[in-house]
Amino acid sequence: MTNQFIGERVRRNEDPRLLTGQALFVDDVEIPDMLHAAFMRSDYAHARILSIDVSAARERPGVVAVFTAEDMGDDWEPGPPLVSPPPTVKDVTFYSRRQAPLVKDTVHHAGETIAVVIAESRYIAEDAVEDIIVEYDPLPVIADLEKALAPDSPLVHDDLDSNLAAHLYQQKGNYEAAKAQADVVIKRRFYLDRGAAVAMENRGIVAHWDEKAKHLTMWDTTQAPIPIRNGIAARLGLSENQVRVIAPFIGGAFGPKMMMFYPEEMLIPWASKKLCRPIKWIEDRRENFYATTSEREQLHDVEMAFTKEGRILGFKDDFLHDTGAYDPYGLTIPLNTQCHLMGSYVIENFSSNCTAVFTNKPIVTPVRGAGRQQGIYIVERMLDVASKELDIDPLEIRKKNFIPPDAFPYNNGIIDQAFSTLIFDSGNYIAAYEKVAEMIGYKQFVKEEQPRLRAEGKHVGIAIIPFIETTGVGPYEGARVQIETSGKVNVNTGYGTQGQGHFTTFAQIVSEQLGVAVNDVRIITGDTAEFHWGTGTFASRGIVVAGNAIHAASSAVRQKVLKLASKVLATPEDELELEDGTVRIADIPQTSISLGELAALANPLRGAVEPGTEPGLEATDYFGPQTGATASGCHAMIIEVDPETLMVNIKRYVVVEDCGRVINPLIVEGQIHGGVSMGIGNAYYEKLHFDENGQILNASLADYLIVTSYEMPPRIETGHLETLSPLNKLGSKGVGEAGAIPVPALFAQALENALQDYNLEILETPLSPNRLFELLHESRMAKK
Amino acid sequence: MENLFNLSVTVNGTLYEREVEPRLLLSDFLRHDLGLTGTHVGCEHGVCGACTILFDNEPARSCLIFAVMAHGHEVTTVEGLGTIDSLHPLQEAFKEAHGLQCGFCTPGFLTTLVAFLKENPDPSEEEIREAISGNLCRCTGYQHIMEAVKLAAEKTKINT
Amino acid sequence: MKPPPFEYYAPTTVEEALSHLAEHGYDAKPLAGGQSLIPMMNFRLAQPSVLVDLNNIPELAYIRPDENGGALVGAMTRHKIVGHDPLIAKQVPLVHEAIPNIGTPQVRTRGTFGGSLSHADPSAELVAISVALKGRFKLRSQKGERWIPANEFFTGPFTSALEPEELLVEINLPRLPERSGWSLMEVVRRHNDFALIGVAAVVKLDKNGICEEARLVFLSAGDRPMEAHQAAELLKGQSPTAEAIQAAAEKAASADIDPGGDIHATAEFRRHLANVLSRRALDDAFKRAKGN
Repeated sequence: MTNQFIGERVRRNEDPRLLTGQALFVDDVEIPDMLHAAFMRSDYAHARILSIDVSAARERPGVVAVFTAEDMGDDWEPGPPLVSPPPTVKDVTFYSRRQAPLVKDTVHHAGETIAVVIAESRYIAEDAVEDIIVEYDPLPVIADLEKALAPDSPLVHDDLDSNLAAHLYQQKGNYEAAKAQADVVIKRRFYLDRGAAVAMENRGIVAHWDEKAKHLTMWDTTQAPIPIRNGIAARLGLSENQVRVIAPFIGGAFGPKMMMFYPEEMLIPWASKKLCRPIKWIEDRRENFYATTSEREQLHDVEMAFTKEGRILGFKDDFLHDTGAYDPYGLTIPLNTQCHLMGSYVIENFSSNCTAVFTNKPIVTPVRGAGRQQGIYIVERMLDVASKELDIDPLEIRKKNFIPPDAFPYNNGIIDQAFSTLIFDSGNYIAAYEKVAEMIGYKQFVKEEQPRLRAEGKHVGIAIIPFIETTGVGPYEGARVQIETSGKVNVNTGYGTQGQGHFTTFAQIVSEQLGVAVNDVRIITGDTAEFHWGTGTFASRGIVVAGNAIHAASSAVRQKVLKLASKVLATPEDELELEDGTVRIADIPQTSISLGELAALANPLRGAVEPGTEPGLEATDYFGPQTGATASGCHAMIIEVDPETLMVNIKRYVVVEDCGRVINPLIVEGQIHGGVSMGIGNAYYEKLHFDENGQILNASLADYLIVTSYEMPPRIETGHLETLSPLNKLGSKGVGEAGAIPVPALFAQALENALQDYNLEILETPLSPNRLFELLHESRMAKK
Repeated sequence: MENLFNLSVTVNGTLYEREVEPRLLLSDFLRHDLGLTGTHVGCEHGVCGACTILFDNEPARSCLIFAVMAHGHEVTTVEGLGTIDSLHPLQEAFKEAHGLQCGFCTPGFLTTLVAFLKENPDPSEEEIREAISGNLCRCTGYQHIMEAVKLAAEKTKINT
Repeated sequence: MKPPPFEYYAPTTVEEALSHLAEHGYDAKPLAGGQSLIPMMNFRLAQPSVLVDLNNIPELAYIRPDENGGALVGAMTRHKIVGHDPLIAKQVPLVHEAIPNIGTPQVRTRGTFGGSLSHADPSAELVAISVALKGRFKLRSQKGERWIPANEFFTGPFTSALEPEELLVEINLPRLPERSGWSLMEVVRRHNDFALIGVAAVVKLDKNGICEEARLVFLSAGDRPMEAHQAAELLKGQSPTAEAIQAAAEKAASADIDPGGDIHATAEFRRHLANVLSRRALDDAFKRAKGN
């Protein structure tokens, strides 16, 4: 059978709707009699609420209701824990605190919801929010990660003894013994700070409780409609099939649109049920900075033990992790960080103690990379420091330590975010590294071009950073594939999409099995009424987990097609082929039957059916990997820095990506470009600035700097490497987050390289021209 | 309830007459009063460009225009560029070059670029980069968008 | 982020507009391009109770030559029009150079020349440039009209000499005399952002190549456009050597400006950049002057 689907640059099925403004996003939903919500949010990061006076708001014309926590009565309860701490790690402490729909007594971060106004229009609702008078008793704010653990620190949660949210200790081998044998031990402290996801579409919810049908429909900008449905049903005392959650087209998600049970997600459906009216709430951009989760603040104290030849003997990293005011998402991010601290390298002795800390800041949950960025940043920076101290070429020191291509599957001996052992399934790190070095012309640049540019007064640096990325984790996903009598194929899956091209890539997987044109395969997702088993879109697992479930279900349908066609065409199955929407005899292609006709035959309106047959040409299947698939890659960059203004200009950018079998290279490139743009943002432009009162100083797109067309390199050049994953039939690995992961480490190496005369050592991210100016100044002072 | 204003505005060639509050933003008027939800709202402070429409054929942020300011004027939204069965050549080029992922920012790019290519049918790479610098995209990293524009310009050259 | 309610007028003549302003005084705000005002209203940082929409007054949008080879720009002329205008390109090249730095392409189709100046944002290019060019502004009210030089117009952050019942109607941009040079330099984080700091430089050489006059006006370096008087003094009568330029740049950065610090740049970094930019801008301006 000819396969023209997998690995092809198929153009996307979903594009015509999106291009013509015909795609439904949550804010496009209009229901007769719909009301609009606006929230009153706390200005203070930490305060007791003494009183809330909503009387004036209630009287404003056009206002239908105003609710506070008190009005919710017994229906008020905090959200559910979303991810439990890992049961398989021995040394875990975890104090669970979760956000509530509306604050009852104490505000724990700025922007928390205190009251909600439901009105005829969002305009009136916002007017009414200003009518609400809240009496606060401001409490001392703790916004500093390190200070939060000091004995005299204000407590974020006063029912706990400290701001300790969790301890997570993982180790393998014996670091102390390794350290004792080392020729050199290098110690450094690193600080990484927060960034936000900033999807172009803010969050939004439309909840419609139909009192007559006793049914709730909810449109939600969520990456996980199924858990949301289950949780909301439970909270409202409904059965699961009384609730339908629809995630229509979503304008980018990147992590924070996961099943957070955000306050608004818990409140709006409750309010709709209370008022028996449809209610819409759309987050605005200012709210988004406070009310949608963000990520990345950590403080690492790292030690690495080396032989004088540059072999890594051991690695120790104790770090603090800011979880914000609540920790609904368990230890996913710190686990990811720990799993990436060893990078692509053989490190036999490892010790890492993570302390998660509460602060009076908005909640921390995964943002593209989800803790992996931090791990890669640390290990790659340490190797750069070591290469200088040991006087070993930065490429050589890495080559000495890479996990070799014959060492797979490679057991890293610690636990990952999916609570299973961190095992790298396949990879060839040295090949990717060397390929990138060749693509960017590393040797020639360092030897000839760089000195020539330096002589012209230009400061141009080069960097190469390899990385691994854990992807494709469980628990599972599922799909139902059905051939209709029209000959078109329907695929229902619980795995949602927010721009990753699943309507096309999933279809390609089906097309490969059934020989149907890609645009004759209709993927239906993001609707719990269509498919209600699965978790959600996260951790770069779409192709691996949902894709393989779809592959399995399509294969099962293929078997049914062959079985039935064999009877109808009176030919053995192995002489049949599926192509162009038909089944035909391989040597006599004129003898064929269309899939649509077969589907009709498989669902007769009269007659008896054979016992044991299922109607139609349909199959449902699931896929649940035991361990995740490990993608890898390498980025390289040439960047020019103006040493006076500290402005940067990326001259070249090269990526080699290994995500196993590539379903659609065009879409993979798109994912890489987007990831790189976020990585560049995280490296040099984006930072969520908090003051000591827990206020965000740049809560607008004018001041939170996401990159535009100008800040990108002229071209991202991509090369592929494919080491198939043995863990799934497609041989695929995930790629959604890859582009963002190595970039901060890349910038650090490149800037140090460009500014070699200044002997800079970069131990933090994000950077900015101002920060670089300060570091240069500090290093100049240190030299004196 | 303050004064309502009798608004008369042509959108995608159709004349609409509505009574609106002066403070109603054009973005909300288009989306909710006229049901033209193709124009998207990303920030309401004029930075992201997702709400860009053509105001008398010039690209402008609809979140920074009160609907009443459009009285007597012509507005073109993404719905006025092409349909699913008959895509505008620029829309075709976006599809061909994979110039969109989640699609939320895309209508703003399309209106901006339709006007740009009219004024500058054979643009250099630098000119394209400048033309799209006022539109934010979080998914694509802009590279395929730039390629889509080049493709559209080439196609138009061949056809003229 | 929806704006609060307001009363709205859409006059079609300047007289009509002025009568609304006279009637409502401090409660009224003229609405030009809206690119600065409307975001502030959407954030509810500005809550004018009356808006007087100037966009339907065609008599306020024009570009005409003045009697001395300079330009007269009607306050409601869109930035995009100014940017493409051949008279401006030829006679006021500093403005021509500045226009692409103002916001984004979409902002420039709506934003107006007079609107930007009336907004008096110390980070706006046109604000600094109008001072560097010794521009003059015509203000009109029901009571009459008056001209005011640019450097007296900007009185503080987002504050100008405009009385509540006055409208800025016309801006005179003089042509630079012979042997003049000019330059505009900015440091921006992203291409279309407000500058961390910027400087507009205008210089004039005498027949012997000695600096006769120099003006350095900074944006984002204080609560209004900051003119570097002391730096200018240092250059007067000097040959524009690298040393002279360096000394002037250092003087400007240390003594003539009062930059604040914010999340994008500390005051110290701004001073450092001011030094760098002054040097580069003066270098550029003097080169141009020699060429002219």
